[in-house]
Amino acid sequence: MASAGSTTLGDILTIAWKEWKEYLIQRGNLRGGVVGLAIVLGVFGIMVPYQSGAGWVEQPLSIVYWAWLPLFMVIGVIADSFAGERERHTLEALLATRLTDRAILLGKVFAAAIYGWGFTLLAVTLGLITVNLAHGQGRLLMYPPLVAIAIAFVGLLAALLAAAAGVLVSLRAKSVRQAAQTLSIAVMILLFVPVFGIQALPPEVQARLLSTGASLSAEGLAVGAVVLLLVVDAVLLATAMARFQRSRLLAG
Amino acid sequence: MEGKVSEWAIESSGLSRSFGSVRACEELSLRVRAGSVFGFLGPNGAGKTTTIHLLLGLLEPSAGNATVLGHDIRTAADQVRLRTGALLQNAGLYDRLTAEDNLEFYGRIWRLPTAERRTRIRELLEHVGLWERRNDLVSTWSGGMRQKLGVVRALLHRPALVFLDEPTAGLDPMAAAALREDLAALSEQEGITVFLTTHNLSEAERLCHQVAVIRQGRLVAIGSPDELRRQRSAPRLEIVGSGFGDSVLEGLRARPEVVAVKLAGDRLVIDVRAGAESAPLVGQVVAAGASVEEVTRPRASLEDVFLTLMEESNG
Repeated sequence: MASAGSTTLGDILTIAWKEWKEYLIQRGNLRGGVVGLAIVLGVFGIMVPYQSGAGWVEQPLSIVYWAWLPLFMVIGVIADSFAGERERHTLEALLATRLTDRAILLGKVFAAAIYGWGFTLLAVTLGLITVNLAHGQGRLLMYPPLVAIAIAFVGLLAALLAAAAGVLVSLRAKSVRQAAQTLSIAVMILLFVPVFGIQALPPEVQARLLSTGASLSAEGLAVGAVVLLLVVDAVLLATAMARFQRSRLLAG
Repeated sequence: MEGKVSEWAIESSGLSRSFGSVRACEELSLRVRAGSVFGFLGPNGAGKTTTIHLLLGLLEPSAGNATVLGHDIRTAADQVRLRTGALLQNAGLYDRLTAEDNLEFYGRIWRLPTAERRTRIRELLEHVGLWERRNDLVSTWSGGMRQKLGVVRALLHRPALVFLDEPTAGLDPMAAAALREDLAALSEQEGITVFLTTHNLSEAERLCHQVAVIRQGRLVAIGSPDELRRQRSAPRLEIVGSGFGDSVLEGLRARPEVVAVKLAGDRLVIDVRAGAESAPLVGQVVAAGASVEEVTRPRASLEDVFLTLMEESNG
């Protein structure tokens, strides 16, 4: 008989299997889903790297770009996770099965995070191929090893961040639309508040910040991002697990 | 862990659940025999679905307790869900997936080995005549087909007990009859206990060995359909004919063995006390100048019993 741990892992994979199938068919059929993903992949994996040239792999700031992509990919699907199940009346049947609360929740988070991260790794690979073909001029253009590792880690943690925050929002939202709107606003705040916030600071503070930023190494930036994301991910996941209890969901 | 082996699949005692000031289920005590089809009847909002949620451990009781297949719903709800299947008020099928993928997903949830899962899906889909449509997206299916698939999904892992919450609600009469037939055949073939909620009384009459009637969260009657008919319905006499004027009706109402008299078109319906004979009543009707074409002593239906119970509990 399987141990409790392996049972939970199997259950998480079962939920993820269903989620991935639904992600691909969400535009009505498999072909529509695959074409939609191919277009996004073409934009982020071919068009943008092609226009950026060799600098695409030489500037450590590309870590920031690869942290945003999984965030956007995950947010595109995670709003549906619980709000969608509730809206389409499938949640009750799922809760009436032998699956534990933890397996259902982690299955949803895992499916969305791996979807966003996997897509990002595909786009990174495609971007490298594009840049080398278009701008390599006989030499191999490659991310520095530490940046490559950081891209992988930051991408995974950013995907997890969006997935954990997304299930929390989706659990509370009355509809998929409301969940999607809340998540979009959260991303906008995350994106624009630092930009406008810095602009609102006095010039001397801005200058100090810029010089501090310039003195940061790519390694420092990567390690800082990984640690920050790890902490936020852990807090969000713990909160989501504490909130997700089937008896509360049906008691409304 | 196996629950205590018992002749009762479900035993509840004082089971109650409130939502704020609303008592959805109040001191419900009942027993459901293992291997039987148990009908749980009641009007909308009577507390049928809440009871199923409580028995499945999806809601915590406010008071009282129950065991399902020997497992305590408060402390071993996971064991209850492991051994039961459910088709709840909404079939809960994934519209974006094919019928086969819906079953594949639930087969994986119940950890059926791959080969067994495939065989079982085929066996059940063939049984309800849906095997040829297995690759269709469920969103393209009719209500009847979806409900059949919901029943198949509930039975997929061979549960010892299955909860079916109004399985034929919203179906046209033909689809409902077809589903009833499948249900009866499948439950007999699988030898499982069925806990069925419905407000379709002819459905309960056809399928159930035992029925319970619930109103405003309270149990108002329990027994086999025959027992309830015997206990709860007054014997009835129906006379078809013409000339049933007020004097005929008043004359009948004055007789001590008559409980109630009403006229429905050309049919005179007379509820009488137990043991009352038909001949004197018919004789009085004829003597009063009415013309009699047909006299019958119909057997009360479960619907009559149900309506009587609802009227009694209203009072």
